[in-house]
Amino acid sequence: MENLFNILTGPCLYIAMAVFTIGLIGRFVLYFLGLDWKLDRVAYKAHMGQGLKGGVHSALKWLVPFATHGWRSQPLAAIGFFLLHIGVVLVPIFLLGHNVILQQRLGFSLPTLPQGVADALTILSLVGLAIMLLRRLLLPNVRILTTGQDYFLIVLVLIPLVTGFLAVQGFGDYKALMLCHIISGEVLLVLAPFTKLSHIALYFASRMQIGMDYAIKRGGRTRESGAFFPW
Amino acid sequence: MPEGTLCNRRPITTEEELKALLADKGGATYYKEMEELDVDTEKLWSTLQNSCKTRTRTWLEICARCGMCADSCFLYRVNKNDPKQVPAYKIQTTLGEMIRRKGQVDNAFMRHAMDVAWSQCTCCNRCSQFCPHGIDTGVMISYMRGILFSQGFVPWEMKIGSGMHRVYKAQMDVTDEDWVDTCEWMAEENEEEWPGLEIPVDKEDADIMYTLNAREPKHYPQDVAEAAILFHLAGENWTVPTSGWEQTSLAMFAGDFSECADSVKHVYSAIERLRPKRVIGTECGHAHRATVVEGPYWAGLETGLPPVEYIHYVQWLAECLREGKIKIDPAKKIKEPVTLQDSCNYVRNHGLGRYTREIISYIAEDFREMPDIKEFNWCCGGGGGFNGIGKYRKERNVGLQWKRDQILATGAKIVIAPCHNCWDAIRDLEEEYEIGIKWTFLKPLIIEMAIIPDHLKPAEDEE
Ligand code: HEM
Ligand code: SF4
Ligand code: SF4
Repeated sequence: MENLFNILTGPCLYIAMAVFTIGLIGRFVLYFLGLDWKLDRVAYKAHMGQGLKGGVHSALKWLVPFATHGWRSQPLAAIGFFLLHIGVVLVPIFLLGHNVILQQRLGFSLPTLPQGVADALTILSLVGLAIMLLRRLLLPNVRILTTGQDYFLIVLVLIPLVTGFLAVQGFGDYKALMLCHIISGEVLLVLAPFTKLSHIALYFASRMQIGMDYAIKRGGRTRESGAFFPW
Repeated sequence: MPEGTLCNRRPITTEEELKALLADKGGATYYKEMEELDVDTEKLWSTLQNSCKTRTRTWLEICARCGMCADSCFLYRVNKNDPKQVPAYKIQTTLGEMIRRKGQVDNAFMRHAMDVAWSQCTCCNRCSQFCPHGIDTGVMISYMRGILFSQGFVPWEMKIGSGMHRVYKAQMDVTDEDWVDTCEWMAEENEEEWPGLEIPVDKEDADIMYTLNAREPKHYPQDVAEAAILFHLAGENWTVPTSGWEQTSLAMFAGDFSECADSVKHVYSAIERLRPKRVIGTECGHAHRATVVEGPYWAGLETGLPPVEYIHYVQWLAECLREGKIKIDPAKKIKEPVTLQDSCNYVRNHGLGRYTREIISYIAEDFREMPDIKEFNWCCGGGGGFNGIGKYRKERNVGLQWKRDQILATGAKIVIAPCHNCWDAIRDLEEEYEIGIKWTFLKPLIIEMAIIPDHLKPAEDEE
């Protein structure tokens, strides 16, 4: 058993992290290399500065709760989204437990969240995921779009969240929960670049592109807010 | 049947072909032939591989299927929140599916895709503003129209429209001779009331070259005269080209992108020939999009900009009123409640909303905005070619309800619409639903309200 844990938090973890990081960076870079000014009809190169302004603004503004017309017009989706994402982005990176492993294995660690905060964020994430799931199940306009992959991803995100939380809280069989947590977490990391979870990187790519589009071609020089489309 | 005589994968190239298509009333034979039209699946797949690249593929792939775009689409709203009208659904089940099946789709699939592309989306791009990933379904539908056009699955009127551009270099059968005749005729007709009025044709190095919509010489020659009167009033040094005057592009609505390129190059060649300081286009949204916003790309200009400064009529008008080149008689300002319909093509897709509002601030006393303005404006209900397709008239009339209700909520009696498409849609909605409104372009309003300097008045006035 000890051995299994060692492999899972050793070589397996390295591989998972490598696939995740290289995979996502690769997808991000390939996205920009694949843009085509003529097909997309956006003069990216000719107006790089203007484009970057609009692109970065477009990506960042949507990360602020209720900052955009889109989030304000869909409050339920917005609440679900932010509850889920604040947790799933912050907790894995800044969790004490994860950083202990990081320190042991790689000799460095990041600042960590107080355990109470991490617990709260995890619970909020679960609430967020539940809201997203309920929207999918109950709203006809979301249900019609939903495919198997969407449910699969919800489960894939749910398992490491729940098992990690239960193990830390001391519910159930710690070892079994931990095993499940580590394996599912690593599966998630490995699958991320090849599923819709690639949005972790491609969100920034796609939002930058639409921001560049509106900044360079669609009114960046005539609109009062210039490169900054009033999302 | 592989290809029909009227419905086929070949675009119109001759006047005879165009006339044959026009003779087929309502496209009865054309649509019958379409039911038998084979899909060239090999060509379809190779076209998709060559032109559907990173941006579009990523959009289709990472769509969160969250439905946040649903409420932003007026066609979803007026169709009682029909889930089949969710933007993401419309594109995923057509273009998305075409790609997933590597082009292996049949005739029924393509006809359905055509219905979606031309009757369930006006390419207004509003949904792109509400999607957390910035996915622009309108752009994808427009791209898919190109795919459908190349396979011959295009509404009858759209094939005619693109054919008109190919044959006459105009969206209607107005030849360059007809156009020049109209200019002469309109100048003569109005000379008495406006001494010294001219429509200078092919004048080189003028300050302004004016381009317009072929409907104006064809059906509303008075609009050409009004443009001339306003340039005259403002004291502008202007001209129109004998060729390259037509600014619109039904080819864009049809998805005939190779003709889009030819059309816009034709206009740009007039610019090169006459070397104006700048170009001003008429009150039309899609014409502006086609020649100013998208046009440079079709013409292959790496700057993404037209060869010289090229502005919309509302930009010029705002400038004239701001600088006092044209003065409004305060007593003649509109007293009745007025509202404004901006075209998506110039407001969302080119940020001109501030100019229309500036103009209105000079001419109306009781201006009432509809909810959601400027970039967040809603489609008139008839954009993207929707107005012109007989097969989808019923769907279009339902589509008009959103704008109807918006106008009603303002209580306005006059709707200003500086766009041919919006103007038509509002005329049709008044005809269909009789809500008791008037609709108008800006040109006639301004002429009525302008202060005419003495030296421009007819001689008898001075006595
Ligand atoms: C900074 C990084 C991230 C950004 C910017 C981001 C952004 C987004 C956006 C814009 C959506 C679509 C909005 C919606 O469905 O309402 C989304 C959905 C989703 N994200 Fe992320 N995300 C990030 C990281 C993550 C991570 C790390 C996970 C999981 C480990 C994750 C899991 C999900 C899931 C499961 C959905 C879909 C929920 C559904 O079924 O509707 N995201 N994300
Ligand atoms: S809002 Fe965007 S991500 Fe969500 S379903 Fe619509 S297109 Fe897809
Ligand atoms: S572009 Fe406009 S009409 Fe088309 S799906 Fe989007 S919101 Fe609806």
